[in-house]
Amino acid sequence: MKHTLAVLVENRYGVLSRVAGLFARRGYNIDSLAVGVTEDPTISRMTIVVRGDDLVLEQVTKQLNKLIDVIRVTDLGSEDTVERELALIKVNADVTNRSEIMQIADIFRANIIDVASKSVVIEVTGDENKIKAIEQLLKPFGIKEMARTGKIALRRGPKGI
Amino acid sequence: MTGRTEKMTGARAIIECLYREGVDTIFGYPGGQVLPIYDALYDSKIRHVLVRHEQSAAHAADGYARASGKVGVCLATSGPGATNLVTGIATAYMDSVPIIALTGQVPLSMIGNDAFQEANITGITLPITKHNYLLQDARDIPRIMKEAFHIATTGRPGPVLIDIPKDLTTEIIDFHYPETVKLRSYNPTYEGNIQQIKKAAQEISRSSKPVIYAGGGVISANASEYLRALAEKVQAPVTTTLTAMGAFPVDHPLFIGMLGMHGTKYANYAVQESDLIIAIGARFDDRVTGKIKSFATNAKIIHIDVDPAEISKNIRVDIPIVGNAKKVLEDLLKYVDRAPTDEWLTRIAHWKRSYPLHYVSNSSTLKPQYIIEQIYDACKDAIIVTEVGQHQMWAAQYFRFSEPRTFISSGGLGTMGFGFPAAIGAKIARPDRVVFDIAGDGSFQMNSHELATVVQENLPVIIAIFNNGYLGMVRQWQELFFDKRYSYTCIRDSVDFVKLAEAYGALGLRVKQPSEVRPAIEEAIASGRPTVIDFWIECEENVSPMVPAGAAINEILDLERKA
Repeated sequence: MKHTLAVLVENRYGVLSRVAGLFARRGYNIDSLAVGVTEDPTISRMTIVVRGDDLVLEQVTKQLNKLIDVIRVTDLGSEDTVERELALIKVNADVTNRSEIMQIADIFRANIIDVASKSVVIEVTGDENKIKAIEQLLKPFGIKEMARTGKIALRRGPKGI
Repeated sequence: MTGRTEKMTGARAIIECLYREGVDTIFGYPGGQVLPIYDALYDSKIRHVLVRHEQSAAHAADGYARASGKVGVCLATSGPGATNLVTGIATAYMDSVPIIALTGQVPLSMIGNDAFQEANITGITLPITKHNYLLQDARDIPRIMKEAFHIATTGRPGPVLIDIPKDLTTEIIDFHYPETVKLRSYNPTYEGNIQQIKKAAQEISRSSKPVIYAGGGVISANASEYLRALAEKVQAPVTTTLTAMGAFPVDHPLFIGMLGMHGTKYANYAVQESDLIIAIGARFDDRVTGKIKSFATNAKIIHIDVDPAEISKNIRVDIPIVGNAKKVLEDLLKYVDRAPTDEWLTRIAHWKRSYPLHYVSNSSTLKPQYIIEQIYDACKDAIIVTEVGQHQMWAAQYFRFSEPRTFISSGGLGTMGFGFPAAIGAKIARPDRVVFDIAGDGSFQMNSHELATVVQENLPVIIAIFNNGYLGMVRQWQELFFDKRYSYTCIRDSVDFVKLAEAYGALGLRVKQPSEVRPAIEEAIASGRPTVIDFWIECEENVSPMVPAGAAINEILDLERKA
């Protein structure tokens, strides 16, 4: 079972390695991890997608809370949340198929952010399934390179975590 | 002094912080990157004990902390000095001991360049410290020192390391020591949830077969008297873990000894048959539970612990109470009543009579259990520090502890070589007490060079070597589970411990006969000198009883060797 954790941490040297090290040494699996600073520049927000049953999730949460630099851990799994991931995909493209690729991008409300004679770079945001879907459709053209941010998530409505 | 700022070097600021935190002694070893700190120490009021290997500095700080209840401090240089602390830090981490480790580091501008004696010690100690710091600005020294002591001593105690680049120690800063700590991300829970406590009290008061299972947390929270009050009010038997020996008086009628792998049969039987386990400051370690699926299968479990991550980590808990053991017990005492345990106590008394700890003695060979009994008779209020192995278990089984902080042993990590340096720390913390290091001939050789330290510092620590010519605990396992194939466990005749002691200027005594045991112990105590007593014990004596690894704890075997 997958869980999405929102983890607020001190925006400080070494915090990422503390969190990553914790997952490694306790044998928890991370599916994705995204980190960025929040509206408060002293706090970073990590969005961690972790796999495991409820017992594993409970231990992960408690162990994260034990780290001195971790301010708060929230499991977004059961909450009503909006989730997005961003991917940049470089696809083989020339005059013969560029318009077809652009059509696909349109359908996914993705943007073409770089065009060259033999390639285009597509920027797409969405949930995991959407990214997976466009990846599948672009595969036949030849994906040269792909970079993904990992999932980020916020709770719906006025309330924060 | 407080409120005013004063100009001083980073090095002096560090010493000043230690002084403000009430540190009277630190254990360390100098080197290039800590030269400015050592220079500041030279004319400070803090005593520095020069060990002969940094590992001992960490263990000594640990022993000091366990014996005193205060923070132990150790200091080492960068690179190898820092990495030599690692085993000591890991030992303290596993047993939740508050120590501060200060390490030198190459100058900030050189970090990451593989400079001479550079090691990423914050990276290395990430999984074995409660928290660690790499100082990056000399002005942060007072704040970070204050935070480090706060973190080490509050909540579940543990080691904190501060890595100090050399250039910061020569910089001049405005020193102002903060009076409080502000850490928004760290707020340990002390008070137990009162609803949970009431629920627990209800379960306890109606339990007919309860067992109190007390761990090291009872000692670190200074909760021993509340533990006793609870046991007496409820009339529940008490078993303790290795690290909690001394938390409950051995001679108390409700005491049923240690539980687990080398626990008493009656403690293990009681736990297995109980209908309620009241775990206090204990963590259901595998050496305690044996096969976890078969552990106390009919019992409800109440778990009191200051660390929420310990709740339901190894075993499902029915009533968790997160909080400081002393505070929770204080509250719990208001709500519990005497439980209907008469029959249960009668049953336990029967087990106690039927399956006592025992060994076969004779007049010609030296039995290790007999030596522990003689040490107890000679000095009932001694502080017993141990190494790790058979002697450690015999000490836990046969010394009749009556107060907390008198048994000091590496429980979680099981660190051979811990005992002697930890005894140094304990002796400095409690100069009024006789301090024994109960050692094996294997363990002692891991840090025997500290004889130089005790002689130089004139610390009359008594090292009782239970010399059987083997790495005895491993040999015991080889005897039982590997068909007596004693692969690399025989170390007989490798060293003359009496001459070794004398070479360092310590007193060396040898004991081969039971009749010589008591006189040697008394001579050692009376000498007032660091002393090594080399007891030539029965070579293949086993620790008994024993639960084989992976078995349920009531599947406990007698391994006594007939005379």
